[in-house]
Formats: sequence, structure tokens, C-alpha cells
Amino acid sequence: MNVLLDKKILDSQLTDWYFTNRDQLMAASNSVFNSFRPEAMECFRKMGIPDKSNENYKYTDVREVFLTPFNRYIEPRKILFSVEDLFRCDIPELDTELVLLVNGWFYENRPRLEVLPNGIIIGSMAEAARQYPHILEAHYSRYADFRKDALVALNTGFAQDGTFIYIPKGVGQDRTIQVVNILLSPEDLFVQHRNLVVIEDNAMARVVVCDHSLSAHHFLTNSVTEIFVGQNARLDYTKLQNEHNSSNQLSSSFVHQEKDSHAIFNTITLHGGMIRNNVYTRLNGPGAENHTLGLFLADRNQHVDSYTYVDHAAPGCTSRQNFKGILDEKATGAFTGRILVRPDAQKTLAYQANNNILLTSEARMNTKPQLEIYADDVKCSHGATVGQLDENAMFYLQTRGIAKREARLLLMGAFGHEILKQVPVEPLRDRLNDLVDKRLKGELSRCNSCPLQCQETC
Amino acid sequence: MSAKSSIPQPMLEIRNLKASIDGKEILKGINLTVNAGEVHAIMGPNGSGKSTLAAVLAGREVFEVTGGEVTYCGQDLLSMAPEIRAREGIFLGFQYPVEIPGVSMVNFMRTAVNEKRKYLGQPEMGAADFLKLMRDRKALVDLDTSLANRSVNEGFSGGEKKRNEIFQMAMLEPKLAILDETDSGLDIDALKTVANGVNRLKNKENAVIVITHYQRLLDYIVPDFVHVLFDGRIVRSGDKRLAFELEEKGYDWIREAN
Repeated sequence: MNVLLDKKILDSQLTDWYFTNRDQLMAASNSVFNSFRPEAMECFRKMGIPDKSNENYKYTDVREVFLTPFNRYIEPRKILFSVEDLFRCDIPELDTELVLLVNGWFYENRPRLEVLPNGIIIGSMAEAARQYPHILEAHYSRYADFRKDALVALNTGFAQDGTFIYIPKGVGQDRTIQVVNILLSPEDLFVQHRNLVVIEDNAMARVVVCDHSLSAHHFLTNSVTEIFVGQNARLDYTKLQNEHNSSNQLSSSFVHQEKDSHAIFNTITLHGGMIRNNVYTRLNGPGAENHTLGLFLADRNQHVDSYTYVDHAAPGCTSRQNFKGILDEKATGAFTGRILVRPDAQKTLAYQANNNILLTSEARMNTKPQLEIYADDVKCSHGATVGQLDENAMFYLQTRGIAKREARLLLMGAFGHEILKQVPVEPLRDRLNDLVDKRLKGELSRCNSCPLQCQETC
Repeated sequence: MSAKSSIPQPMLEIRNLKASIDGKEILKGINLTVNAGEVHAIMGPNGSGKSTLAAVLAGREVFEVTGGEVTYCGQDLLSMAPEIRAREGIFLGFQYPVEIPGVSMVNFMRTAVNEKRKYLGQPEMGAADFLKLMRDRKALVDLDTSLANRSVNEGFSGGEKKRNEIFQMAMLEPKLAILDETDSGLDIDALKTVANGVNRLKNKENAVIVITHYQRLLDYIVPDFVHVLFDGRIVRSGDKRLAFELEEKGYDWIREAN
């Protein structure tokens, strides 16, 4: 059972799995999903799972994480645990519209698809495809290009369910939408969910996504999230990744912004095994503004690889990327930040910063900016640092009676704070600060329970 | 275990202290005794070892102590970690205070005050008491309230940084304060403010070592003893008149005599 798979046959195994289950997949899904499957799988077959020979995956051999013989299902399995017993969000001030996905499938703690009084629609992707095919037809697979990335192709080949969020024109939501992705299984599991967020013109969405693993099995998630931000619309998106060391995550998000829209996309990685986050942004209309941020904390043998691609496709847009990492023990990390400024995208402002702290001599970080600029009237900057904690600051704190350990924590907390302070939801920001502090102190449990309740259960 | 001696012991006793950095000897045998209630000034030309002496007393690890001993309140100072020295009552006022972006002054000072209290077996200070203490001590050195809400020293002017050092000293109430060129970069008004702060904190139980290049500061913080450091040794000691003599004759006078 635990014999590792051969890297060479991985691609054909996944392709075979598709053909074996194709009829069942097609019968269970709406035509919106089905219409893209054959071409997506053909693209997957041609490209194969990326390894380090792929320039975009230079620092991460994704094939490694596919080697575990995962169980894969094309319909939800009955869960032998009570999710309600295991998961409870303990931020009482965080009054949210809660959506649960368990192993990538919508979990019925609420109606499968609900229309709120202000017209906001929240629920399951599969159900949305049935009830609102015109919304999916307009947006599904429009931003996530499966021709360019095998992982997106694989997800598109098998996409069945995930989270669906729709904010109609001019609607501002009063409650934050919280999506909790739970991994909970009596066996090793491969999960793929497919999510869509549509924010129509002049509307606003505040979304918090929490990824948790609740059982001690190997997990591999390959998820794709597409987000459409209409004209003058606003997105505040915070993703919190907190899974155990045997939980690997491949996450691809695509943010498509129209004229004068504003988006913040913030990824906070507290814990996990191998994590690869792809964040693609397309600034498609003039005056759009994007902030893509990230903070990761890694130790032991963890590997966190962030890849960003900001496409300035219209003039007068602004993008700011700020990624930070703290690496302890033998952790490794990578950041690749690509900025494309197209010929017509004059008056572009594009900034990128990547700063990292290595706490040991064994930790490693690779950072690579890639700027492609085809317009001549632009301001672009990038900067990257990899270093240690400031010795002068350490000594200064010590001379005030603060012990080395505490001084390190203060300095690391300060380093991460720059990213956390941009989390717009205050109770969540406080909680994240707290979680990051605990994580830095080594108090955040590494067990399988949800971090939002782990103080009590571990 | 001997019974506590009734003879008052010196607060600080430095005997034949030698220290080097990267193999280069900077302190070549320092001897100095400081008693409670005293103000000592250490003067000397650039490169004589003044700042090294301050750093070694505070516990900076880049300097290697190669000889001698230092007794502080009857304890072996050199075996203590920098933070233990601080909690035992030693304070170093930095010549170049360090900027620490992201760490707020309030959080910094609360941590420092409570770490010391914990060490001394006292309960942590409550938020209200702490903020009151901050307010009182800020007034002592005219520290702008907005500065106290910012990150440690970040974007502070030279004068603000020095005032912030004395503010921290006021918060921590050290037994022995070592002020390393606190006067450098200060205009006359700021100098008076800083000196005034130091004087108001001075009492019979504590002591101050003022390290300075110029006599000017000593008009405001009047020393009981003045020592001249030259080439890693104290070559002359006297009362405050020595400072005037130095000011008059310049450091060449010392150079020629040695």
C-alpha cells in the first residue's frame, strides 16, 4: 500500500483515471464543467505534472507530492466523523456567513445554495452550475488558463464542486464570508476543489478562507479559485493555510480585475507540508489596483513556494506585491514574482518586495523577480532580501532586560506584522496576530485539530 | 555562605579589564571603582576605548574579554547575560540608538518593565499603572506622546533618539546607568533636557557613568570623578577640575604625557 509510485507513470495514471471515470463524471456534472474536460485533460496529458525542468516550478518538484498512493474519488465519501464536533470557529467576534467544504465537497451545514436578502448567492459550485448556468458560463474557466499550467488542467478535467460566491451589482455585504476547507478522512486522500467568486460592478466582497486538516493522513489538495472583480468593485480576500506536515497543497488563484476595481489578496501560511501557491492577477481595465501579499512561517522540512504573476493589460493600473517568509530549522522556500506590463499599459505602477529571514544556517530561500515591460511610461520596482535577525536590534532589546528568546519573538513578530496589518477584518487580524505569535513561540500545536480551537483540544 | 558584610561594598569594581575585538586589543587593563551615589565621567579621544568599555559592561558579545574581572554589587558581572545585567540594574544609553521597525515603544517598554519585574519576583504591572508610568516618565524628558506610539526609534531625529534613551532609563530605574556619548548630536536645549532628566533620576542609591568627548555635558551633569581614558587605559583620574584642564589643554596634552 505504501509503495511509492513511479514518477514516470504518474501522468498516465491520472489520465487513465479520467478515462475510466469520464462517463460517470459527465453524468454527475453540469455541461459547463463537462464542456472543458476533454480539452483540459488533453492539455494535461501533453504537459504532465510539473517538475523542476519547468521554469515556473524551478524550485519545487511537484511530482514528489503525487508519489503517495492517494485515494481519489469522484463523489463525496461519507465522513465517519462529525464535523460539528471537530470544527468550531472560536473567534466569537467573527460573525460570518460560514461555508464548509469537506475534502473539497460542499458540506450541508447550510442550504446547498442560498440567496441572501440582498441578492448575494453563496453555496456549492455544483449546485450553482445547475441553478445559475449563465453565471458560470460567463466566468467559469475564463480566467484560469488550463493551457498554461498542468495543475489547472488537471483540476479542470475533474472539477465537480467547491465554493460559489456571487455578489450582485452595487451590493456591499455586511458579513464576512468565511470558507473553511476541511480535510478529514480515514485514509490518504487527493482532493481537488474548484471555486468561483463573482463580484459584479460596484459591489464588494470580503472573504476569509481557512484551510485545515483534521485527521492524521496524507493529503494532497490541488485547488483552483477564479475571482472576477467587476468595474469599481472591491475584493478583500484573506487565505489562512494551517494544515499538518503531511498535508500538501497546490493552490492556484486567478484574480481578474476590471476598470477602477480594487483587490487585496493576502495569503498567510502558518503551517503545512509542501505548499505551492500560485496567484495570477490580470488588471484588465484602467485604474485597477491590486495588492497581493503573503506571509509564511516554515520550519522542520516544510517547503513553501509562492508564485505570482501580475499582468498589467490596461493603462493606469497599480499593483503592489509584498511577500515575507520566516524559515527555521531545515525549511526551504521560494518566491517567484512575475510582472508583465503590456505595450498599451502606460502609466503603470508596479511594485514588488520579497523579504525573508533565515533563522538557521540550514534553512534556504530562493527568490526570483521577473519583470517584462513593454510600455515605456511606467514605474516598476522590485527588491528582495534574505537575511538574519538584526544583531544590533537584538542587543538593544537585551540591554533593556529582554531575553534573547523574547527579543527574537519581538523582532519576528514585527517582521510579519507588516503583512498582517493589511488584513481588513479586525477580529481576524487580532486572531492572526495571536496565531502567528503562538506559531513563532512554538506553542501552536502541530496536531491535526483546527488551530482555531487547538488550545483546548491538544 | 558568609553573612552579609556590613562594610559597604562598591557598586562596581573593575580590575585590570582587558578586551579585544577580532584579535585587536582595545581595553588594555582598566581599573575603576564606582560607589552608590557617585557620578563618574570618562573622557578621552576617539578610539581610546570609551564605547568599548560601555559595551563590555553591558555584555556585547562581539568583544572578547581577555583578562581581568568586574564585580557588580558583589556579583561577577562578566558571567551574566546582557538581559540579566539589565534586570540587575545596569542600563546602557546608546551612542547610536537602534531603530526597530514594527516593535512599538509601548510594547517594547511593557515587555522590558515586566521582564525585570518577573525576574525580581514582582507581579506584572497592570495596563493602567503602566500607561500612567509611561506618561510620568515621558514628561521628565519632554518626549512627544506621538513618539511613544511609534516603532522604537523609527524615524526619530537624533535628539529624539537620545531623549528616548533617557526616557527608557527613567522607565527602568537602573542602579548603574552608563551613558555613552549621550551628548553627541544634541543642541544646547536638548542637552539641557537630557541632563535635567539624568539629574532628576539621580539619588544616593544609584550611580552614573557618563562617557563623553567634550566637557560641555559636564556643566549640566556635574561629576564627582573624572577619568581620562587613553589607548585602552585610564591614565589620569581627578575631580571635575580635570575636565576643565582637558578642555583647556586638549587631548594632545594626554598624548604627549603618555
